[in-house]
Amino acid sequence: MHACIDCHKGLEEERLSRPVKKIANDYHMVRGLKCQDCHGGDHTAFDNKEASHSRAKGFLGKPKRQDIPAFCGKCHSDPRYMRKFNPKIRTDQVKEYYTSVHGKKLREGDKNVAVCISCHDVHAIRAIKDEAAWTYPIKVAETCTRCHADAKYMKAYKIPTDQLKNYKKSIHYEVLTKKGDISAPTCPSCHGNHGATPPGVDSVANVCSNCHAATAELFAKSAHEEAFSDLGQPACVTCHGNHDVLKPSDELLAGGKDTPCATCHEVNSSELKKANEIRTHLQDLAKGIDRAEAILTRAEHAGMEVGPPRFELIEAKDALIKARAETHLVKVKRIKTLTDPAVVIAEKTVKKGQELMVQLQFRRKWLAASLLGIAAVLVGLFFKIREVDRRGGSG
Amino acid sequence: MFLSVFYPLVKYLIPPKLGEPTTISVTVPWKPAELKANSGRIFRFGSRPGLLIKTPAGDLKAFSAICTHLDCTVQYREDRQAIWCACHNGVYDLNGKNISGPPPRPLDPLQVKVRGDQIVVMKG
Amino acid sequence: MRVNRIIGWIEERIDLSGVKHLLQEKVVPVHHHTIWYYFGGMTLFLFVIQVVTGILLTFYYRPSAEEAYESVQFLMTDVQFGWLVRSIHSWSANLMVATMMIHLFSVYLTQAYRKPRELTWVTGMLLFGIVLTFGFSGYLLPWNVLAYFATKVGTNVAGVVPIVGRALLRFLRGGDDVTGATLSRFYGLHIAILPLLTTLILGLHLFLVQQQGMSVPPDVERASAQQPIRTMPFAPNFLLRDLFGWFVALGVLAALAAIYPWELGQKADPFASAPAGIRPEWYFVFMFQTLKYIPARVGPFDGEVLGVMGFGIGGLFLLLVPFLDKRAARGEPSPLFRWIGIGIILYIAVFTALGYLAPGGK
Repeated sequence: MHACIDCHKGLEEERLSRPVKKIANDYHMVRGLKCQDCHGGDHTAFDNKEASHSRAKGFLGKPKRQDIPAFCGKCHSDPRYMRKFNPKIRTDQVKEYYTSVHGKKLREGDKNVAVCISCHDVHAIRAIKDEAAWTYPIKVAETCTRCHADAKYMKAYKIPTDQLKNYKKSIHYEVLTKKGDISAPTCPSCHGNHGATPPGVDSVANVCSNCHAATAELFAKSAHEEAFSDLGQPACVTCHGNHDVLKPSDELLAGGKDTPCATCHEVNSSELKKANEIRTHLQDLAKGIDRAEAILTRAEHAGMEVGPPRFELIEAKDALIKARAETHLVKVKRIKTLTDPAVVIAEKTVKKGQELMVQLQFRRKWLAASLLGIAAVLVGLFFKIREVDRRGGSG
Repeated sequence: MFLSVFYPLVKYLIPPKLGEPTTISVTVPWKPAELKANSGRIFRFGSRPGLLIKTPAGDLKAFSAICTHLDCTVQYREDRQAIWCACHNGVYDLNGKNISGPPPRPLDPLQVKVRGDQIVVMKG
Repeated sequence: MRVNRIIGWIEERIDLSGVKHLLQEKVVPVHHHTIWYYFGGMTLFLFVIQVVTGILLTFYYRPSAEEAYESVQFLMTDVQFGWLVRSIHSWSANLMVATMMIHLFSVYLTQAYRKPRELTWVTGMLLFGIVLTFGFSGYLLPWNVLAYFATKVGTNVAGVVPIVGRALLRFLRGGDDVTGATLSRFYGLHIAILPLLTTLILGLHLFLVQQQGMSVPPDVERASAQQPIRTMPFAPNFLLRDLFGWFVALGVLAALAAIYPWELGQKADPFASAPAGIRPEWYFVFMFQTLKYIPARVGPFDGEVLGVMGFGIGGLFLLLVPFLDKRAARGEPSPLFRWIGIGIILYIAVFTALGYLAPGGK
């Protein structure tokens, strides 16, 4: 019994009846707001277009594209109003928006850039914690790249449109979509949402360091920090990429001409040799751990219990993670102090695994011995049976 | 023949060194007085690492040391008086609750009982 | 000498004539089916192994959901020869069910159930049910993933029985779900109630066998009209042969325990989903597989209920066969029952095989 809905749902023109179909999924509706709370007008004026659309009753109609931020901001930038629904919700989105590239260009008259409804949809605006929302972490990359991956649409802006393609190669994307870890970074995590701007060369490291704090700390203490900033090279991204951040492999340090180190360093320089040395230490430890895992798994499959040696191996695995992070400090000695004891632990574990295999052999030898004993008894019994039978038993 | 049955039988009945299965309760190798306030140590609980901390207020608490994000081993940070995971900067408070960074859940808590000079940690 | 003096001392106080008769005069018929006579004793031997290893296990096993798995893990790693005791217990259980089935079917096919041995058969069938229950209850005790879900499915099937099903399920589970309460119950069943029942019924079974001697297959009996049946003394000839078989079994058990130790798997997690390819122990597989093939509805009836009722009727048939097979009771050839028996054996064999080989059944 709502004049707007009753009339619009029966209209022939699809663009006028569409909102009614969509509001079934709208969060504003759930919180008790209706058409007139955003668009004004008289929702009690049934079958009367003039009265329901009356300017006197505050009817705003469809806002112009460049007025949309203000339209939404009417409520969303008003803390006193928003407080009634959610006392903790932020109310600076519109302000932030105008610091973004989208906002600046909108002010200049560009109607193609994103506005509120481009990312949040319109009339079917879902809560941000709703898994089906366009801005839900698992879906938001799709939302951004609706424009940003469209080469034709982005032609005038002369920025790349391969970000999604690259992002899909990354470990971040894999963790987000395959493991469902919504803490994994996606577009807004590094670019911001309302204030969306690519982080500048000098600030991109700050973005990565939000999660990769330990690594960033180490890099900041290294010789590379100053060198990179002198050259105007962004930290992190130079070696790891920005969108296509792959799971790093020890091979990055191999010292060949297609490794990131070779971007600045000569191929046969002492620096690259150092890098290779680091890689050797890491690889040795990784191989040692693999060997230990392999023999423990073999022992486990043969029926031996491997809980205690597995636990010891965790220390070695932790050390490998630490050593790999430590490469950012680029001090070979430091890495050696981490990998050397861990290699010892891995070797000890391999020995434990071998001991378990020996125990297994012991069991089998013991079995063979007892089977021989049983066989001897059986032979004895056989002869006894024959003797007893012959003595006049089986009649 | 008889011996090969009797020998295992007798050895079986003699209690092993560890009196009981260790996944239920573990006596950590430190005395309560040895642990400084605002410190933490890793110990073995079953086949997994556990973290024993003494809060700045002097209370003993224990948790599973496996980060609930991607299974790295967490550590105690005296400078932050909190539990921290080096892998992705996850932070847990002194009740094991995940308060910052990617971890989606609190750390699994363990029970700590002090018997005189012994600290015994048990499944929570 | 000394032994004779001790025996003399006992004889002045207790009548040992029954024992003496057993040892000195009991004979066992010798014919081409004598080999089957050994399987009853073999089953008994394996049962004794179960009792001994089972009692040993109670020294270290802890019957609660929190501690059961860990205590078995402890047994397998830290207890000296714990791995041996546990593996023998698990393997011997399976071997015992196998020898019991051979014993059951060889007795059936030689029609040893006919008069005057009907009660022996009935007590034997009861023991069969008890042993299967031993297997089902014992399987849960390590509280690992496979056991947990096998018990869930098995007790679900019990719940399908009409009228009493729901109550039966709650009684078995100690509640609506499989929990620590189920474990406690199954433990009590496994180490107290079932052993008690076994003692009583097995005692009766063995007493009857001693009283009535070994049954001779009808065709041998008929042939004996012309020629008396050969026999061998029970002691020492038959017993020594029994002993031979038992030592072979011991060797097989030791080999299985050392080369194929019984695995423990992962601790049961009621919140995890059932792993793919879940299956009960082999001796239940034929029933499990049959239920898989019955459609969900057969006419007005629920398919699963029909299946369970079918098994119930099958079991009842077997139990009452001495009273149903009138021809065997009269000493006449009874081919119908023979063929029914062969049919049952084939059905069990084929459906057990299907349970392992059929696609989607792995």
